[in-house]
Formats: sequence, C-alpha cells, structure tokens
Amino acid sequence: MAQIFHPSTNVLSKLSIVAVALGVPALGTGAYLFSQTYGAEMYIPKPQPIPFSHRHHVGDDGIDCRFCHSSVDKGPFAGMPSTHTCMTCHSQIWSDSPELEALRSSFRSGKPIQWARVHDLPDFVYFDHSIHVKKGVSCVSCHGRVDERPLAMKEQDLTMGWCIRCHRHPEKNIRPKEYVFNLAWKPNEEKGETQNELGEKLLETNKIMNASQLTNCSICHR
Amino acid sequence: MANPMLASNQRETFDIIQPGHDYTSITEKITGISMSPKVSPVWLLGVIFALGMAGVMATGMIITILFGVGVWGNNQPNGWGFDIINFVWWIGIGHAGTLISAILLLLHQNWRTSINRFAEAMTLFAVVQAGMYPLLHVGRHQYAYWMFPLPNSMELWPNFRSPLMWDVFAISTYLTVSAVFWYVGLVPDLATLRDRSTSRMAKVLFGMAALGWRGSALHWRRYMQVYLLLAGLSTPLVLSVHTIVSFDFAVGIVPGWHSTIFPPYFVAGAVFAGFAMTILLSVPLRAVCNLRDVITMRHLENMGKVMLATGLIVFYGYIMEVFFGAYSSNKYELYMTFNNRMFGPYAWSYWMLIVCNGIIPQVLWMKKCRTSIPCLVAVSISVSIGMWLERFVIIVTSLSFDFMPSSWALYHPTHIDWMIYLGTMGFFTLLFLLFCRILPVISIAEMRELIHHQKHVHGGHDAPGSHQHAHSHASH
Repeated sequence: MAQIFHPSTNVLSKLSIVAVALGVPALGTGAYLFSQTYGAEMYIPKPQPIPFSHRHHVGDDGIDCRFCHSSVDKGPFAGMPSTHTCMTCHSQIWSDSPELEALRSSFRSGKPIQWARVHDLPDFVYFDHSIHVKKGVSCVSCHGRVDERPLAMKEQDLTMGWCIRCHRHPEKNIRPKEYVFNLAWKPNEEKGETQNELGEKLLETNKIMNASQLTNCSICHR
Repeated sequence: MANPMLASNQRETFDIIQPGHDYTSITEKITGISMSPKVSPVWLLGVIFALGMAGVMATGMIITILFGVGVWGNNQPNGWGFDIINFVWWIGIGHAGTLISAILLLLHQNWRTSINRFAEAMTLFAVVQAGMYPLLHVGRHQYAYWMFPLPNSMELWPNFRSPLMWDVFAISTYLTVSAVFWYVGLVPDLATLRDRSTSRMAKVLFGMAALGWRGSALHWRRYMQVYLLLAGLSTPLVLSVHTIVSFDFAVGIVPGWHSTIFPPYFVAGAVFAGFAMTILLSVPLRAVCNLRDVITMRHLENMGKVMLATGLIVFYGYIMEVFFGAYSSNKYELYMTFNNRMFGPYAWSYWMLIVCNGIIPQVLWMKKCRTSIPCLVAVSISVSIGMWLERFVIIVTSLSFDFMPSSWALYHPTHIDWMIYLGTMGFFTLLFLLFCRILPVISIAEMRELIHHQKHVHGGHDAPGSHQHAHSHASH
C-alpha cells in the first residue's frame, strides 16, 4: 500500500508543535504591547487648526495654565480658551501671521476654533479636573512636561490601569497645593525630602481618601 | 462484510458482548456505522430535525445578542433564570461520560468498553451546550473573555474569592481534559479508519488525526500510559466540577442555597442525570445501528443500577434539605422550605421534582424493570425532567422570595428562553448525529481487546478488566 504522507511531513508535524507553543504566546504578547503603545496613540501629535506651541507659551512666556484652562480648578472640564483670550495678545503681536488665520477668521465670524481633542476619556468615566487639582495632583502627572512640548500629545496611555495605579498609591503623585501648576517642581532631595514621605504627609493635610475608597467603582463610574 | 449470522441475530443478551464476534467482525461492524456509503434515512431525518432546532437556538441567541439579556425572563430579584438552570443541567449530563471513561476504567469495570466512546462524546457536546449559557448570560458578549484572569489594561482581576471564578476554571479544565481524553482514546481507531478509507481525502484527514499511529508495541505502551494518566486526571474532575458548580449556590447566603449538602448531592445528581441521558442515547443507537450484540442488556441494566444508587443519594439530599430547613429554626429557612418551596407559587415544580427524581426511579429496584427498555427509557425521561426541575426549584424559588418582601417577584421564562433551551437540545443532537457518521461510536481497539479476553482468558462475567490486561502489557 502506498504511503499517504511523504517522509518530509514528519518534520512538518513536529514543527507544528513548536509553532503553536511559540506562536500563540507571541501573538498575545504582540497584541498586548501594541495596545499599550501605538494602539494607545501616545506621542502622536494630532493635526490642529493652528500649530499651537505649549513650549513657547508656557515655557518661554511663562503663562500660567489657568490663564487659558480657566475652569481646571473649578469644574470637571479644564476649559479651552475662547478666541478672545487668544486675541488679548494676538490682536497686537503676530497679528498678520498666516499661521493664525484660523484664529482671526474665528474672531470675525464668532465661531470658536475646533481643536482636535488630545486627551479623550470614554463617556462612561466621570473625571473631574478640579478635585485632582484641589488635592494636590499636578498637571504634569497626567499631561507631562507640557512646557517642553512644541505640540500637544498624549504622554500617558489613559487606560483604566493607569488611573487606578494612582488611586491605589496616591502618595506618589501628591504635592503641596501651591506647586500644582509648577511643572518643574520636584521634592527637595537635598533637604532629605522624598516624594513618598511628603506624599504620605500630604494625604492627611489634603484630606485624601484611602486607597480602598479611591478604588471604589463608583468613584469614576457613576 | 459483517458476519451475517450476527447481523441477523438480534436476540437480547446479558453478556458484555454477544459471543461469536472476532476481531474482523467487530471492526467491520463498528466502522460500518460511520463508513457505510449508504446514508440511513433515519439519520438523515434526525439531522434535518436537529439542524432546524439548532437554527431555533441560533435565532434565540442572535436576538439575545442584538437586544441584550432583557429579552429573557430574568428580572429583579431573579438575576438567574433559564440561563443558569440550563447551564447546570447540561454540565450535569456530561458527568456520566467522565465517570464511565475514567472511574469505571480504574475500577476495572470492563462493561464500560462498549459505551465509553459515545458517553465521552456526550460529555463533550453537553459541556459545549452548557458553556454557551454563561457566555450569553454576561450580557456584553464581546467581553466574555474577561471571565478569565488575563492581564488587561484595567489592571483588575476577577474576584478570586468568588465561586463563579472557580467555576470558570472548573468548566474549562473539564472541557480540556475531557477533549484530550476522548481524543487520545480515539487515536488507534482513527488509524483503523485511515487504513480502511478509500478516498484520498479521508485517508489524509484520518491520517493526520491518527498522528502517525502504526500500532507498534512501543505505541501501545505509551498509549496505555497516557490513557491511564488521563483517567487518573479525569477522576477528581467527576467530583470537583459539580462540587464547584454547587458552590455557586452554597457559598451564597440566600435561603435555600446556603447548605453544606449541596456538593455531594449535586455530584450524585449529575451522574444520575448523565446516566439517564446515556440510556436515552444508547437505546436508539443500538436499535438503529444494530448494536444489540455490543451494547447489551447487561449494559442497560448496569446503567439502571447506577441510576438507582445515585438517585437514592439525590433523594436523601432532598430529605436532608427539608430537615435542615426545619432544624435551623431560622425564619427565612423555614419560610423558604415550607411556605415557599412546598406550598408557594412554584409548589408544582417542587412536587413534580420529588415524583420524577425521588419516587419514579424506585421502580429500578425490580430487575424486570431494569431489563425492560420501555421502562428504562421512561425512567430516564423522568429523571431528565426531574434534574432540570431540581435546578429550577433551587434557583427560582430561592431568588424570587428572599429576605425582603418588598423585592419579591415571580419569574416567567420568555419565548426566547424556551427557544435557546430547546435549541440546545437540537444542537446537541446534531453534534451527536454528526459524530456517529464520522467517528466510531464504540472503541474498536478496546472491543478487540475484550474479544481477546473472551477467547483466551474466558469466563465471561468474571474476566478481568480490559485495563488490567493493558497494564500487564505495559509492564512487561
């Protein structure tokens, strides 16, 4: 009786074991890594109507975050500046720059500029900027060194895991309230100040809930 | 060609296998079922009917996926309804297959040989039906994989203290081990099918599935080692799977659920229901496929005995539940046991359960009944209904009237619930019918071994188990 399979299929059958044993974990790891980096759209500036530079306005000019994001310490939404806010300066300087045509046309028509949203949380998450700012979480903890970035981009993946990591250990990201908008602030290590010790102290002075309260589902999902 | 004498001789026998078979006749008899070019009209009708039922199931499932679990009868407080009742029912049915293939093998019960293959297939197909219910029950079906503790971007784990989590492991382990056990047992038979196939396609497919089996002494030695190991691995599963399913209830503090008798009586109930289903499958199988000489009266009677024994354990469980309720002096338990279960709005289901599972199976004490096919079938149907009612009583009566009268509500299954439930029976039948036409319904290799024993060891009923022989093979 003729053989059904060629002898070379012996190699194939053995290889198939290796392929499954390596391939399945490799595929899973690959998908996970993708979802954590490129899939999370990190470090990719979005096209905007005006190539606005935070580095210039915050870093060089020293404008406070709250000058433009005026509701960041008052409500859930940090707030985007109105065209009039921009025109405070840009009616005088760079007033005929072609880059700022979108701003001037918005001023003429009264229609706000439509910025492309960089940090977008899902709608089933209730996030409030003011409580974070009031309790001593700095802008830099989530948005990075905005004062060093020419174009705005996501520096954190904004996954639930990332949120809850801080809710489990809030002391790692708490600073004295007066330094919340100082993006360059660091604990004074020469005086022996460490973030963990300082954070532990601030948990009490700033009256921050404990981790089991902060990780309750209804803190973010209401 | 099958031995014509055997084919025509269809008298009932109490031997494990009707005398007169040899290696060739048994091989031809069994392979003939799946390899005969003639398609039996009974089979075809069955497939068409089962396919229609499976379509009903698919429709019910699609409606559920499109519109959400609100199309079911589940409500507050009845968060569990048909979905969990049917899940437990199907999981329970699977247990007989594992018991037959693993425990009876280790106990040297050589009568298992004729029924283990299709009983294991029954296990697999029943677990498939059962597994679909939790997937639908979770509501957001695309996230059903969240039941497994996989690393995820939410950095959350399922609650490891919850029996529902243990259930995920129990069921997935059960499915995996049952599938591997079934497949390993099939390998020598797949080689037989490969060698007897005529079409190139069948040769290649069976050839790949047979994993290069040539039947050498070394192959058999390793095969026997693996088979015994897997039997050892499956044995605790017979007990663990339904124990953990019972924890889904027993760990909860709901009156009517919070009872230590649950694990043992769930396991006994599972075997009880499983043997009922095995009888319901083997009776038509031996009639349609002329297998009266291989699946004999002896097998049916033994299955009846197992049913009687496990049925008594289950009945004892029901009596103990009533006793615990009364002895607890807890007003919630008392209300649940007497006012609600026995005389509440679902009293009909409780009393039908007692009749179907407690009273009717007692006829199996009579040998006359154990050896009468109509009687066995009637008892098996009664047990299947009874075991379904058991889960209905446990889930619905307990949930609908718990601690707070303000949250009481009745449970009514909807048409979609019935479509999915009846549909899974069709899908199960479909899988079983396809199995009969593709793979040998009885283990050919083990039947040959049985015949070898009858010839050389002799002594019919007292012959040592097929496995013992295998073991001596392996150790020399």
